[in-house]
Amino acid sequence: MGCIEELKYETIISHASFKECREYVKEHFKERIEVEPGFKIFDSYIIGIPPILVGIEGDAVVFPYTKPCHGTFLLRIESSDEVDRLRKKR
Amino acid sequence: MRGVVKMDPTDPPDAGGEKGRKTAYLLLGCPEVPVQMGIALYLASRLEKSGVSVVLAGNPSVIQLIRVSDPDQHYVKRVINLERAMADLIEGRVRPDMTVAFAHNDAGISYAATIRYVSASPLYLIIFGRDAEALAGLAEFECEKIVEKAVHNPAQLKKKIDKVFGWAASKS
Repeated sequence: MGCIEELKYETIISHASFKECREYVKEHFKERIEVEPGFKIFDSYIIGIPPILVGIEGDAVVFPYTKPCHGTFLLRIESSDEVDRLRKKR
Repeated sequence: MRGVVKMDPTDPPDAGGEKGRKTAYLLLGCPEVPVQMGIALYLASRLEKSGVSVVLAGNPSVIQLIRVSDPDQHYVKRVINLERAMADLIEGRVRPDMTVAFAHNDAGISYAATIRYVSASPLYLIIFGRDAEALAGLAEFECEKIVEKAVHNPAQLKKKIDKVFGWAASKS
């Protein structure tokens, strides 16, 4: 997973559709931020079908990560810096 | 490394096109469905013959398939890693005259949607495989969709591509 793979991440959903990941974020995270396709999170570009929802839970970011052969993963990575950056996007 | 074929990650970013020629980016998905490679080689060949400079982007397996299938670069002149191509397109470092995205799964549609968002150039979306029709329903963004439930045999998909690109033989 490129740069993401080098980070400590938790996989919430794997090999899913983009819509499934979006719905999960919508249902499970009160704090959500909408980002555009190509938005950078943890130095990786978000690939996806708008609307792209990113969840925030404490100091963690929950976001979809799409790979051509494996579908979309919903990943959770702790980073207060990234949370702050996302909140400033509002 | 062979000739002028661009291979990530050792080569620097490349604008893709040759001076004075239009440029097409072909973005391939996972190579698990056989028709993709045949159609990609066909498209690359036809576009190059019509004067368009083609850049083919794919994951490492796609790149190896191209290298093995076309060792003398008759059909594909320039190949780059998909992640690099997406980065270049998202950041606006390259602005092709057209993009052709291949999709046989949900991820392929996600890649095409991203291209639609970051690039204003015409987008052709080739949707194939067993779930082609259902996948076509997910592509609600502006693009020229070419949809065929092709897995092993590319003939019907090729026919549709020929029609869209104006390559169909005249019957008159």
